[in-house]
Amino acid sequence: MVEMDPLSQFHLQSGLGTLGRIIDFTNSNQMMVIAALIVITVMGIGLRRAAIVPGRMQGLAELSYEFVHNMVIDTIGEEGKRFFPFVFTLFSFILVGNLLGLFPYFFAFTSHIAITGALAFFVFFLSLIVGFWHHGFRFFKFFAPSGVPAWLLPLLIPIEVVSFLSRPVSLSVRLFANITAGHVMWEVFAGFMLMLVSSLGALGVVAALIPLGLNIALTALEFLVAFLQAYVFAILTCLYLHDSIHLH
Amino acid sequence: MKQDDSAQHDGTGASFDKRLEAARLKAGLVAKPKPDPNRSPDDNPLTMAMRLGSEMVGALAIAVVIGYGLDRLLDTAPWFMIGLVPIGAVAGILNVFRAAGSSRPNTKPKD
Repeated sequence: MVEMDPLSQFHLQSGLGTLGRIIDFTNSNQMMVIAALIVITVMGIGLRRAAIVPGRMQGLAELSYEFVHNMVIDTIGEEGKRFFPFVFTLFSFILVGNLLGLFPYFFAFTSHIAITGALAFFVFFLSLIVGFWHHGFRFFKFFAPSGVPAWLLPLLIPIEVVSFLSRPVSLSVRLFANITAGHVMWEVFAGFMLMLVSSLGALGVVAALIPLGLNIALTALEFLVAFLQAYVFAILTCLYLHDSIHLH
Repeated sequence: MKQDDSAQHDGTGASFDKRLEAARLKAGLVAKPKPDPNRSPDDNPLTMAMRLGSEMVGALAIAVVIGYGLDRLLDTAPWFMIGLVPIGAVAGILNVFRAAGSSRPNTKPKD
């Protein structure tokens, strides 16, 4: 029987050899640093020579810039320009992290709820601060929509508060669950292949083509999910900032 | 061959107007149409599919956590939990309605 544990791929190990063990630098930290360096390098190379006719790297940099810029302006409005650097950093970091996690033997740091939770709570507190900055204590009107009869308020305010507090939870769980589920499915199907081959022999080799095909299809899906989750995280960040600025 | 050329030319001519319009809009030469506040900002169905499930579960989870925490803190088990779980369920449904962009009817006055 083949021993397999689809969750072992998410175990933290120390990165960078002995030095990493001393200062508790994990493989997750390592991938985060690599992701950040990749983003900075791509942007740096892309913007080094601002050619009229952009080359590949410049095209990539400008394309991602325009994509996030349009998203921020369309969602938050003109005031959203200030938040563009933040949203762009968030989007590119999560996107590169998701994509790096797709490589075999690479660690997907977005598969840890500690990471996605930290990012989501940062967004949550930022939207709170922006709300209070713009509206002061009138921000609490956010929880009591206008045009609601007074007798409904005792029921409605807790609902709105819970709905508001659920934002960082759904934001972090969505990203973490999608990435984790994708990676687990990959490993489970790969495990099926090993099981079939080891237990059925020649027939198993033929039967193992089915999970292999599924895994290939899953690879395409995972690329989509990697992009989509980064996009959803970024657009929800914009949406929450929009709500803080415009109060619904 | 000639017909193909002219057809293609017509096609690009029509799309040129569109692209010119888009470029003028982007350059700020024409006023941008105000985004409709009632419309959900992302109408991408895939984005929507990714959002809806977790929106609902998130609200319920946070309600359970608050209820359990208050009960532990105030020694009132299980009353806060009982009170908050329906609220969480309602908030979850409200979240889904919001995400789908149908919670704000057109008649609602804008403040």
